[in-house]
Amino acid sequence: MRTDKLWPALAAYALLALPLASLAEEGGAYPPAGNDIRNHASLQRGARNFMNYCSGCHSAKYVRYNRIAKDLGIPEAELKANLMFTSEKTFETINIALRPEDAKKWFGTAPPDLSLIARARGSDYLAAFLHSFYADPSRPTGVNNTVLVGTAMPHVLAELQGVQTAVFRTVPGEGGVSKSEFEKFELTQPGALSPEKYEDFVRDTVNFLQYIGEPVEAQRRDLGIWVTLFLLVFSAFAYLLYKEYWRDVH
Amino acid sequence: MGTEIDGKSQAGGLWGWITERFPIDEMLKEHVTEYWTPKNFNFWYIFGVISGFVLVLQLVTGMFLTMSYKPSAAEAFGSVEYIMRDVEWGWLIRYLHSTGASAFFIVVYLHMFRALLYGSYRAPRELVWIFGMVIYLALMAEAFLGYLLPWGNMSYWGAQVIVSLFGTFPVIGDALVEWIRGDYYISDITLNRFFALHVAVVPIVLVFLAVAHILALHKVGSLNPDGVEIWDETDERGIPKDGIAFHPYFTVKDLFYIALFMLIFCGIVFFAPTFNGLFLEAPNFEPANAMQTPPHIAPVWYFTPFYAMLRAVPSFLGTQVWGVLVMFAAIALLFFLPWIDRSPVKSIRYKGPVTKLALAVFAVSFVVLGVCGMKPAVGIYPTLARVFTVLYFAFFLLMPWYSRIDSVKPVPKRVTYHAH
Repeated sequence: MRTDKLWPALAAYALLALPLASLAEEGGAYPPAGNDIRNHASLQRGARNFMNYCSGCHSAKYVRYNRIAKDLGIPEAELKANLMFTSEKTFETINIALRPEDAKKWFGTAPPDLSLIARARGSDYLAAFLHSFYADPSRPTGVNNTVLVGTAMPHVLAELQGVQTAVFRTVPGEGGVSKSEFEKFELTQPGALSPEKYEDFVRDTVNFLQYIGEPVEAQRRDLGIWVTLFLLVFSAFAYLLYKEYWRDVH
Repeated sequence: MGTEIDGKSQAGGLWGWITERFPIDEMLKEHVTEYWTPKNFNFWYIFGVISGFVLVLQLVTGMFLTMSYKPSAAEAFGSVEYIMRDVEWGWLIRYLHSTGASAFFIVVYLHMFRALLYGSYRAPRELVWIFGMVIYLALMAEAFLGYLLPWGNMSYWGAQVIVSLFGTFPVIGDALVEWIRGDYYISDITLNRFFALHVAVVPIVLVFLAVAHILALHKVGSLNPDGVEIWDETDERGIPKDGIAFHPYFTVKDLFYIALFMLIFCGIVFFAPTFNGLFLEAPNFEPANAMQTPPHIAPVWYFTPFYAMLRAVPSFLGTQVWGVLVMFAAIALLFFLPWIDRSPVKSIRYKGPVTKLALAVFAVSFVVLGVCGMKPAVGIYPTLARVFTVLYFAFFLLMPWYSRIDSVKPVPKRVTYHAH
């Protein structure tokens, strides 16, 4: 074996190791959200959750109502009756009446637009965030969040989840000074949904957020399979052509 | 119908009409059908053609993007989302372009490494190498300028950091930065000029340089994995014995490899277009915000080896310019390769163990620096970056010495080739 035959293998390894190294670090920060963007029923429930609980304060200004209806198989009449609470037309995007200046005065910060929140933060993060509100009387909203400490967002879903209390334990820290570390949540005041039902609720909502982050995702993956199959067949014929011509080269 | 005048066959019809007025025939012969190419090219030799292919891909997809993109601070971010959601096939065009940017650097880095392996830069191919290096510089400029255009938060702060580098130069620094931005901060004005440079100026320069790169190559002829000059052994017709016509032999071979490349490329475009945050970074899905930096600012992966060197150098004498100079020197040194490589042989196949080790150390340094540049400068990374910056420079600075004293193996008169 000539030594320079080793180089392609080494280079390929280096190029593969590079992204994998960063992958190892990024993954696993939060438990998987477990959502499935191909599950239309879940996405429809997620759309309902979003319109009822999120869209009071959060816009999705790049998302058109009728695109949702088309992608999720919702008839336009039902879209208007059940998902559109404003006077907007179906071809318009999801805007809100809350003015950023007012929001800033009331909450300290304007609620972010949610069109791309799943792409910016990841679905796992969003699910973890919606599970991690706990009672904290020191905060103006009465709640805090272990995923985004000091969040300005009130626990909008408290009527569904109930109220959690965070249990902290004391651990030895640097220089003999002990510090408190989050241990677990305890549901001190049950909500309208059981913990299992609340988990489903969050999963559907996060699923919808992931869908609006990239509405074309499912179509992209489906098309990708055909493109791959075509390129495999094309490569095979290109290879045969290459070998046929190169039979003359001695 | 062809006729014969003075014993020379003349094509008739439209083709004949054209060839009498334009040297298309001669050009095709010189560069395609009678460009004698070494038959022993291996896997490493496909990346030149693939770079050209990606250049065309970027030009075409870029053209379609400009049809829907709005170069203004108020509209840029939204127009990209408009392309992703409302423009017919806009998402595909955009992913092809964003993945194409990273793919361009991957194939260009492999193409450059091929030159290091087989001594492609050695005399008389110095100008081929220098044109190539200028292409690489233009490509870095093009990528940097284009990265601002989506106007995401990483676009904004990445541009802020890179432009600030020019501010480290003594005396002129601040004025220089202001001149580049056209404003006191990265603003709508900066975005507009970056757009102009990205879609008009640099692409034209790139295309001209690519032509010059190929013309220079075809003037001196391609080298090969044996580092043997095929023109030293010609047959009775004056054609190199080890040369075969570029067309059809390499056109069919390259067609197959372009198909293989597309298989990997489309795999990323369709199944992992963000490539786990390496090709499209998560903070860039939030619009530019001058009041809020992303949690960790790092350039896109293809710049991180140089970014790591920048951060590895401590500031002293009250200025941070040293890191910037080291970073520029790391690129500038590549220009001198044709003159600092003193080995009597060109190809790694016939070079000695010291050279092989040096090249391996260089390759590892580049990758390790790339990883260091992606990570926050904490823990082991600053130390790693310093060690491998030194190794990276040692590869070049010690080359005049080790390339001369290293043992070499005898070089054959003809290329080594085993028929398929």
